Amino acid sequence: MMVKTLKTWYFIHKWTSLVCTVFLVLLCITGLPLVFRDELAVLLGEAVEPPETVMGTARVNLQALVDDAQARRPNDHVQFLTLDDEHPTWFVSLAATLTSVETTGIYMYDARTGAFLHAPPANEGVTNFFFTLHTELFAGLPGTLFLGAMGGLFITSLISGIVVYGPFMRRLSFGTIRHTGSGRLTWLDLHNLLGIVTVLWALVVGVTGVINTLERPLFAYWQQTEVAGMLAPWHGKPAPTIVKPMDAVVDTAQAAAPDMVVRFVAFPGTLFATPYHYMVFMRGQTPLTSRLLKPLLIDAETAQLTDARTLPWYLTALVLSQPLHFGDYGGMPLKIVWALLDGITIIVLFSGLYLWWMKRHTSTEQLLADADLTNEVTLSAAQSAIRR
Amino acid sequence: MNIFLSARQIWGVPIVIGVGSAVGLMSALLGDGGWDVLSWFALGAPVTVVIWYVYASLSLASPKMGKRL
Repeated sequence: MMVKTLKTWYFIHKWTSLVCTVFLVLLCITGLPLVFRDELAVLLGEAVEPPETVMGTARVNLQALVDDAQARRPNDHVQFLTLDDEHPTWFVSLAATLTSVETTGIYMYDARTGAFLHAPPANEGVTNFFFTLHTELFAGLPGTLFLGAMGGLFITSLISGIVVYGPFMRRLSFGTIRHTGSGRLTWLDLHNLLGIVTVLWALVVGVTGVINTLERPLFAYWQQTEVAGMLAPWHGKPAPTIVKPMDAVVDTAQAAAPDMVVRFVAFPGTLFATPYHYMVFMRGQTPLTSRLLKPLLIDAETAQLTDARTLPWYLTALVLSQPLHFGDYGGMPLKIVWALLDGITIIVLFSGLYLWWMKRHTSTEQLLADADLTNEVTLSAAQSAIRR
Repeated sequence: MNIFLSARQIWGVPIVIGVGSAVGLMSALLGDGGWDVLSWFALGAPVTVVIWYVYASLSLASPKMGKRL
């Protein structure tokens, strides 16, 4: 590699890393408890698991759950009815307005008996604190998009890190950690080793994290394009009388996709539905298809199926990005591995910062010479070597 | 004499670990049971490699610790 090319990549690696490091450290630290979010929430009493002894029965009356939740917050609007993907529980969530993104109440019901189980904190509590800090820095959508931009810098830093790894390792066998001289060489070797073995994982978590920050813009885009097209026949019509019981809506969805199960139901007027329809998102039942959603548009007045679509590719990418970012798709051992990789990333971030601070006045050539066996290779030898 | 390592010497292990990580990330998504177990080992490999080399370098740096091995 030419010295000039290497210098450019090194420059990219240095500056993209420096700009995003403080936010990446924050994301890695707040992400750590979020890997164990479900377990933590149960431990803190912020969530409960349904009793295991109940025998399965016919589906509960969903309208009764919605009415119960509505009665608990009479001034709010029911936005979503969600079926948990691990436990037999329904969640009804409400907000001050139909289009608000701030949930005011969540109520959990046993899917076998209809019994009210728990009201998890909607906007407070330890897990919500970490989640809000991790996803939006307590700054709403602008915070989320800002973190997405930092994620973009992180990805650039990882790619440039791979490029500069080669020249820095041309005289050191893989995994060498030198303990000679100053601690700086030890930290340089650790930065290189820890960085290169975790880089693919970090790239995937970085890219999927950036995709997740685009959730709201992507759903809004879908609303304005595909959903708006489906809505054309309803243009200018008065607001519908909402069908009750809403069980009819779920029955229609189930009949339209018999081999799938309900993931969530968005109520008419919410951001995931239309003013005239319920949107029922169905999911498959195998490990892979359970991540894929099928949206069914169901008329709010008649409970008849209006349209069934496949999710556009960008929303499929979004829903597949969620498990790959959170690491919650392979049981507890995978979560532990995820946490360890997260910890290694924190060490890479801090060692990178330390290396920059120690050698901030040093040229790239000198750094390269240092990376080689220092007492044998002089500056000029290193320069002529890279020019080859 | 070529004093520099070959591309294979530099990139061999990182590429094997990278491909393994990709397999691990995908496998738990594709299935349960054995697929999950595969992901634990494939993604656990980078962590094991780090622990291995850090431990080896520490035992080299302090002979006392090496003897205890």
